[in-house]
Amino acid sequence: MGYIIKGEQHDWELVIGLEVHAQVMSKAKLFSGAPTEFGAGPNTQVSFVDAGMPGMLPVLNEVCVEQAVRSGLGLKAQINKRSVFARKNYFYADLPQGYQISQFDQPIVGEGIVVLDMPDGSTRSVGIERLHLEQDAGKSIHDLHPQKTYIDLNRSGVALMEIVSKPDLRTPEEAGIYLKKLRSILRYLGTCDGNMEEGSMRCDANVSVRPAGATELRTRCEIKNVNSVRFLMQAIEYEARRHVDVYESGGTINQETRLYDSNKGETRPMRSKEFAHDYRYFPDPDLLPIEFDDAFIAKIKADLPELPDDKQGRFITEFGLSAYDAGVLVTEKENADYFEVVAKGRDGKQAANWVITNLFGVLNKRGVEIADSPVSAKDLGRLLDLMADNTISGRMAKEVFEAMVETGKSPDAIVEERGMKQITDTGPIDAAIDKVMAENADKVEQYRAGKVQVMGWFVGQVMKATQGKANPAVCSELLKKKLEA
Amino acid sequence: MSLDKATVRRIATLSRIEVADEDLDAVAGQLSGILNWIEQLKEVDTSNVAPMTGGTDLKLTWRKDVVTDGDQVDKVLANAPDGHDGFFGVPKVVE
Amino acid sequence: MSELTSLTIAAAREKLAKKEFSALELTDAHLAAMERAKDLNAFITMTPDLARERARESDKRLFAGQAGALEGIPLGIKDLFCTEGVLTTAASHILDGFTPQYESTVSQKLRDAGSVMLGKLNLDEFAMGSANITSYYGPVKNPWKPKGRNAELVPGGSSGGSAAAVSAHLAMGATGTDTGGSIRQPAAFCGIVGVKPTYGRCSRWGVVAFASSLDQAGPMTRTVRDAAIMLGAMSGFDPKDSTSAQLDVPDFEAALTKGVKGLRIGIPKEYRPAGLSPELVALWDKGVEWLKAAGATPVEISLPHTKSALPTYYIVAPAEASSNLARYDGVRFGLRVDGKSLDEMYAKTRAAGFGAEVRRRIMIGTYVLSAGYYDAYYLKAQKVRALINKDFTDAFDKVDAILTPTSPTPAFGIGEKFDDPIAMYLNDVFTVPASLAGIPGASIPAGLSADGLPLGLQVLTRRWDEETLFRVCQALEDAAQFPLLPAV
Repeated sequence: MGYIIKGEQHDWELVIGLEVHAQVMSKAKLFSGAPTEFGAGPNTQVSFVDAGMPGMLPVLNEVCVEQAVRSGLGLKAQINKRSVFARKNYFYADLPQGYQISQFDQPIVGEGIVVLDMPDGSTRSVGIERLHLEQDAGKSIHDLHPQKTYIDLNRSGVALMEIVSKPDLRTPEEAGIYLKKLRSILRYLGTCDGNMEEGSMRCDANVSVRPAGATELRTRCEIKNVNSVRFLMQAIEYEARRHVDVYESGGTINQETRLYDSNKGETRPMRSKEFAHDYRYFPDPDLLPIEFDDAFIAKIKADLPELPDDKQGRFITEFGLSAYDAGVLVTEKENADYFEVVAKGRDGKQAANWVITNLFGVLNKRGVEIADSPVSAKDLGRLLDLMADNTISGRMAKEVFEAMVETGKSPDAIVEERGMKQITDTGPIDAAIDKVMAENADKVEQYRAGKVQVMGWFVGQVMKATQGKANPAVCSELLKKKLEA
Repeated sequence: MSLDKATVRRIATLSRIEVADEDLDAVAGQLSGILNWIEQLKEVDTSNVAPMTGGTDLKLTWRKDVVTDGDQVDKVLANAPDGHDGFFGVPKVVE
Repeated sequence: MSELTSLTIAAAREKLAKKEFSALELTDAHLAAMERAKDLNAFITMTPDLARERARESDKRLFAGQAGALEGIPLGIKDLFCTEGVLTTAASHILDGFTPQYESTVSQKLRDAGSVMLGKLNLDEFAMGSANITSYYGPVKNPWKPKGRNAELVPGGSSGGSAAAVSAHLAMGATGTDTGGSIRQPAAFCGIVGVKPTYGRCSRWGVVAFASSLDQAGPMTRTVRDAAIMLGAMSGFDPKDSTSAQLDVPDFEAALTKGVKGLRIGIPKEYRPAGLSPELVALWDKGVEWLKAAGATPVEISLPHTKSALPTYYIVAPAEASSNLARYDGVRFGLRVDGKSLDEMYAKTRAAGFGAEVRRRIMIGTYVLSAGYYDAYYLKAQKVRALINKDFTDAFDKVDAILTPTSPTPAFGIGEKFDDPIAMYLNDVFTVPASLAGIPGASIPAGLSADGLPLGLQVLTRRWDEETLFRVCQALEDAAQFPLLPAV
């Protein structure tokens, strides 16, 4: 814990719960056959159902049900074999039906858990309250016309999973780590692409504060539609401070919905949510309950991929990695897959070092994902092989790696082209040693008189004479033999 | 059950139906009359009765995840009172 | 009225097949009748050009020997069914100018069967009403007039235009929709046959929704056989409607000849409320005698929660309607009244677009779903609905069909019961229970009042057992010898 807001009167702690809206990966929408792809022209991905035309009816997409169950299993959650779609009634320009089909008191997934790895090496368990299926609304565009708001219904009806955490989070950092972990799990499962920029993952944060050590829950404010981990942490921090300031100056916090303005770094009440809401939930009479049996769940379970926590555990035992390194590698499945190709049959720790330090360094600098890495996992593995069989030295390897990044060529090709092969053959090294010893009889004398530190100088000279290609180990061994002869 | 004006105003707002102030009393009277008549349901013993939520005892049918719709922007906008450049227009909203 | 418009669907089908006349001639005869009977206000939109075009296509198919089950039969479509390229209003101002870009499943099936759409029939606004007086397009007149009085009567509702058009021989049949009696009650008021099939038998896709868990389309015709023919064409699983049944459609017409011998007919003792016309009591008794004479056995049954059905319905239906009608907001189609803000536009549009009864029901529905009242009203109603459903399940353990009057009175005058919503709601006291239970029901014209007005009897059967429904209806029709034309 340890995140405390110092007030004038006393210390305050934070209580945070997150509601994450994750777009379900499916080809068609939750209740219609219109496509879900991002970035199409306005209203081109709209069926009459999505536009709320008179007489239109929803028909449930089976893959969306499977994805919700798959996600529930990934969150180690209770799967409800019977759940109910309910209508959430409110008016808004981008909500064509005048209600959102969602789930209310009978969601498809119940309580689950997400384990967070904290930077200090500890872990934190965060409870999942529920996961339910619902349809997304359309998009309101306010800046295309001076007097009008424009409505695009392409998103209308796209399937979302709303994943509600328990109010278990205590710091902005925990909230950020939770969001990243949830994203990682869903991406592993293939149920959400986690693309926050395109809006396929959005987050609402419920924030309240209380005197440190208290158990009461005070009035919370909901910060809507935060679309990055960084903004989430900033918004929570700002909001918590605001609550403390209000309380300490004798004010009260009203339960309200707020927006985070990332330019100003502050939250403000949402005007469109001024009216007290009364959503009038009731079971959607156009749909019957979602029902499935154990076999349906078992089939999905059988196909579950290895999840980040399991993979991390395996990397620790199988490759001898530290929990931290393993955690870094498994966050993105693509990174973990890359690492495994590099590490397979090689020194795991060395592989992890190269991937995390060298490769990630390059990717970060270039701002690219691993899918666009200039160095393939196979080539990086081959580079490690060249070091292991003494073809090149560690120092040479760094040079080769840089060349690989620049040219995209294989390490073998680079070593060959540049004649970088390390000399392990004793012949040329012998010759070089003899030459150096002959030209520096004084140094030989010093060594033989007991000044063994000059050994380093000899190695350097021999390396220089072989243009750095001599294997340093072989070199010192031969030198020692000759000097002590 | 007799509805007061404030309640009628709240229902009208939730329903997004404008009711003029001078009509509130009349509407309150009508709605109260209906609600009073409905109240007789209170007499029915429904303990241990599961609610009937729909019109049928069938099982929900599911659809395959196949794109079969969309790409009909002209039809979607054909009836729009205020359509522009592929969008529906509404009075400016401030969020 | 020409000879052609007086034919039943079954008779016209045979004569068309024998080429005694063409589909175009048949359609033209009806278009002419519609023109003459404009005063009834049965149609909101007439589509003569489209009708003739489709009739010509029918003639081609008839000539080629490719006739569908309703080839060349001129029908009216209740203006609650969306019809591609043809104005669809739900009799509401709020759907001003709405031209659907899609065709409802039921009207498409009727079209696929070869029928010819004559136009869109008037109704109560959004199907909310029992007298067809809430239509934005004005009331429909009942073609029947009381003996010796020159009063204009209501045709019943909400499918009042459908009932009037079929009764007045403007169409050979019409689609109706029934939420709490909207097919059966107007059928009784206008002296025709109206069938509300089991909930889920006909697709609701493309039908403007009133109350989703209750709405069901059905045929309105002059004979039981015609209803069986038409329902056969309208029914069937629709993958676009999650509540439509994945069941084979029985051959309803084949059931008609099976008789009622051995059937047990339930007579519910609770269906004798104060206000039930003595003439209807007498007719009901006569109906029992007819069925007995045909070999059925009457059995007294109890449907103990009958009294609670109407208040239950007036919670469930408005609640669903308040949500279903939220989409009429002036954004994507229909009427828009401008406002300074989005909310003002909504409130002005919906106040101007919806009539008084619709506004009333939306507000009642909003109230019963709102925080703090849901349990007391909506949840309570759903529980009572379960009890009403159980009443029928229990009754059908003992009987195969139930016989009741369709409505407590015959048609009343335009202008009566207008200012008392509850008095109007009581019209549906006999039809609403079956709607809540989702079971099939039909109204059969069985006799005339002393005033010379049609009186209807209602038959109810188990879910998915429309075959027994048609058998009983046929027996009643055979015995009643009801006149096929209103005494105008």
